[in-house]
Amino acid sequence: MSDETLEGADAPDHPPAWWRGDFVHGFVRSPVAIVSATIVAMLLLLAILAPFVAPYDVRDPAKANVVDARLPPSSTGMFGDQYSLGTDPQGRDMLSAMIYGLRTSLLVGLGAIGLAAACGIALGLAGGYFGGTIDAVIMRAADVQSSFPAILIALLIDGITRTLMDRATHEALAVPILIAAIAASFWVQYARVVRGLVLVERGREYVLAARVTGVRTVTILFRHILPNVLGPVLVIATINLALAILTEATLSFLGVGIPPTQPSLGSLVRIGNEFLFSGDWWISLMPGGLLVVLSLGVNLFGDWLRDALNPRLAS
Amino acid sequence: MGFMIGRLGQTLIVLLVAALVSFMLFRYVGDPVNNMVGQAASLADREAMRTQLGLNDPVAVQFARFVGDVLRGDLGMSYRFGQPVSDLLLQRLPATLELSLLSILLAAGLGVPLGVWTALHPRSRSAKLLMLASLAGVALPTFLIGIVLILVFSVWLGWLPSFGRGEVVSFGAWTTGLLTASGLKALVLPSVTLGLFQMTLIMRLVRAEMQEVLRSDFIRFARARGLKRATVNYDHGLRNTLVPVITIVGLQFGNVFAFSVIVETVFQWPGLGLLVIQAIQFADVPLLAAYIVLVALCFAIINLIVDILYAVIDPRVGAAQFARGGHA
Repeated sequence: MSDETLEGADAPDHPPAWWRGDFVHGFVRSPVAIVSATIVAMLLLLAILAPFVAPYDVRDPAKANVVDARLPPSSTGMFGDQYSLGTDPQGRDMLSAMIYGLRTSLLVGLGAIGLAAACGIALGLAGGYFGGTIDAVIMRAADVQSSFPAILIALLIDGITRTLMDRATHEALAVPILIAAIAASFWVQYARVVRGLVLVERGREYVLAARVTGVRTVTILFRHILPNVLGPVLVIATINLALAILTEATLSFLGVGIPPTQPSLGSLVRIGNEFLFSGDWWISLMPGGLLVVLSLGVNLFGDWLRDALNPRLAS
Repeated sequence: MGFMIGRLGQTLIVLLVAALVSFMLFRYVGDPVNNMVGQAASLADREAMRTQLGLNDPVAVQFARFVGDVLRGDLGMSYRFGQPVSDLLLQRLPATLELSLLSILLAAGLGVPLGVWTALHPRSRSAKLLMLASLAGVALPTFLIGIVLILVFSVWLGWLPSFGRGEVVSFGAWTTGLLTASGLKALVLPSVTLGLFQMTLIMRLVRAEMQEVLRSDFIRFARARGLKRATVNYDHGLRNTLVPVITIVGLQFGNVFAFSVIVETVFQWPGLGLLVIQAIQFADVPLLAAYIVLVALCFAIINLIVDILYAVIDPRVGAAQFARGGHA
């Protein structure tokens, strides 16, 4: 990221170099980027506004009408309730369950990525800046961590916490546990990339100048170096978000993530899976479809972001 | 050589950490005595049991004994099945291995040719379609692929079974579904589900590597020398592509192992993955603890083999690692 880019001459000084001209221009010209960004934005909005847009509140099990269980899409219930996408085996409105499920899935995904990025950035900054033993230990840990698939690590962490606490406690803590379990294997990528960038940045003149003038190390790391390494971090975070969401869905599907009482896209698919043989395909395929749309949208946007920000950054 | 020793050391540390986690679970999660005696047992009975089980010894002694037990293959008794864990694991291993190997074969057997095709004809319509399809492979979660396959081929068409291994033939401790018609039929959907993601991955990787190689100077020279197109593409191009591909396929074994947990759950495939999922749901601590050790061991072996392969295929790797003091 050199200071003199060709198109940067007339751009304002405030936004970082990668945000100037090319980026916005490229976005407007790329149909894939616009479509995927729109999908992701709409789903995000839907998740945030869930209590207002969902036709029924599915969080309260007492409100579910069990007599309306497993109705196909566009049915009317016993008491005149309209179910545009049908109902699940507990008589919950599928559309509402999916909107709340989306909320849980996005919450876990974003939480896991946030936690992983925070840990990874901190470790990468420390490793790259201080070097020596700290660096060696962090990078060895990263090597070991990355040799195990994320899903397995998360599965085992969830399994271990499940044996540590009783069922009710575990269900209440399901979301934070899942966030931590997923973040546990996603930090590696951030740590590696940030470390690599810091190794370059720490020799730069602005860092040397800051050190000579006695700026505190913490300030140098977080105020001076960090903003210069955030671009790639953003790209990794976007691509990883899709992975984290899929990991959550998979764990919930396996019955070791979000408990079935709290809808998440994965746990809804799990519930529906039991009724697949009765031909009730909508209970698992509709949340599954939403999951695919979400993951595809995030993936495509992430791919585009990577190419737009830094064509040389390999995934 | 230094590189190899460093690697071995790292592997040993990982195994020890896994053993420690496993031991802590085993020792401190839930009271093993509670799980073995009934509610009615008196305090004195419990204390006697603790001493008999060695639970009153120093922790270090207990850990050493635990490692010794593990090395001898004694992994304790499953709470849920009331059987030795090692027996359970051995019973379930063939099913998982068969499924994993078949899907790796499927993934590599299809992924490599498709990757070569898309690299050689990047502008053709079929290549573009394949790349688009492979994107779906990345975005589609494995369990959903399995569910859709079950819905189409089992529920709607009724062609293939949706759960279990079918009829199996056993050779001593080994059971195989490869020799019966129902066993083979039962393998189709699970192995396709498990292999699909790996296939798209291998295809994309081969394509990227191949394109990189085809752009390099020696390929341009080979073309300039007037060598036949096939010789350039396959003898020069593909051969140089395969080194990283072999590594990745090797590493994929680990992923297949992990994803077999998902596939086995979807298809109720009686392998290790289904066993561990049930162990987690029922808090079957000895089984979970043993699985952690097993996973660490599997991955240690896989990584070691891949590292050695790498060093054998490309001597620069070992030398460079050594020069940097064993950093990977």
